[in-house]
Amino acid sequence: MAGQSQHHIVPLKIYFAVFAALLVGTAITVWAAFHDFGALNTVIALAIAGVKATLVILYFMHVKYSKPLIWTFVGAGILWLGILITLTASDYFSRPPGQSHAPAAVAAPHAP
Amino acid sequence: MSEVPSALAHQFDDLEQQQESAGLGMWLFLLTEIMFFGGLFAGYTVYRVWYPDAFAAGSHELSINLGAFNTGVLIFSSLTMAMAVHAAQMGKRKQIILFLVLTLVLGCVFLGVKVVEYGGKGVFPGLIQAEHHLLPGAGFHFETQDPQFMNASPQHVQLFFSFYFAMTGMHAVHMIIGAGLLAWLIWAAYRHRFSPEYYTPVEMIGLYWHFVDIVWIFLFPLLYLLGRHG
Repeated sequence: MAGQSQHHIVPLKIYFAVFAALLVGTAITVWAAFHDFGALNTVIALAIAGVKATLVILYFMHVKYSKPLIWTFVGAGILWLGILITLTASDYFSRPPGQSHAPAAVAAPHAP
Repeated sequence: MSEVPSALAHQFDDLEQQQESAGLGMWLFLLTEIMFFGGLFAGYTVYRVWYPDAFAAGSHELSINLGAFNTGVLIFSSLTMAMAVHAAQMGKRKQIILFLVLTLVLGCVFLGVKVVEYGGKGVFPGLIQAEHHLLPGAGFHFETQDPQFMNASPQHVQLFFSFYFAMTGMHAVHMIIGAGLLAWLIWAAYRHRFSPEYYTPVEMIGLYWHFVDIVWIFLFPLLYLLGRHG
């Protein structure tokens, strides 16, 4: 039947392959941190972390073998996290650094 | 007629529906956890972009060896947790217990390393000798001879450490809760509570444990690996 995650038994060698991939990803992340790739350093770190998280979600958490409703929940979580970070960033990064609110002169009401 | 009480609660049609409901409930909870940690990550993002030198200087104070070691420990613990669920699906009671105990031990190793890390920064005065006083507050003290971090404002470095302690601290709280859940799970497995037909608690606590691992997978590069080159 579709969506029976509890009866799908993941082969052990897939678990071992994911484990190895996670360790390799960690090693690459640490290696890359010691080399100057400029702005790419952050991109590399987040990309590798994203791949590792995806592997954990799909295989260790069995989402790959789960029904579409579970996929919807996982997708919703990622979507709302994306909204949180994107809207917060677009707010703060449209201001000068360090300025978390409008200057007092702007916030004061107009004189009658 | 079997004397063992059914694991099926009366409001469910069958065990499959019961397990799926549990899974949806746990995932919904994990979504709230994503938003909880997400708020901390969003705050971190703003201040890291605003004060990159201070964040690099703060990150440089952390032990990359301990951080990388702990990352490996948690990844290993996710493997042993997945093996525990696998053993539960196969009905192998002794293996369930073995892998749950391994997961718990690895979790405790992680927490032990965190105690060492925090201690070195002055979190446990009188108990652990502080090498640097990096706990935000009156006692916070940051100075560096490293030319690449001379521009870092100590106030902003203190901000980095506020995020460091808040994020790794909340993560550690989640690990401690997970350790408690694992201890209960080990006892329940020992008491023959699980079978291939019913192992839902093992799988649900496994989901929680993997989530806590994923949080660390992002925490490690963002907190420990800044300013390591150049």
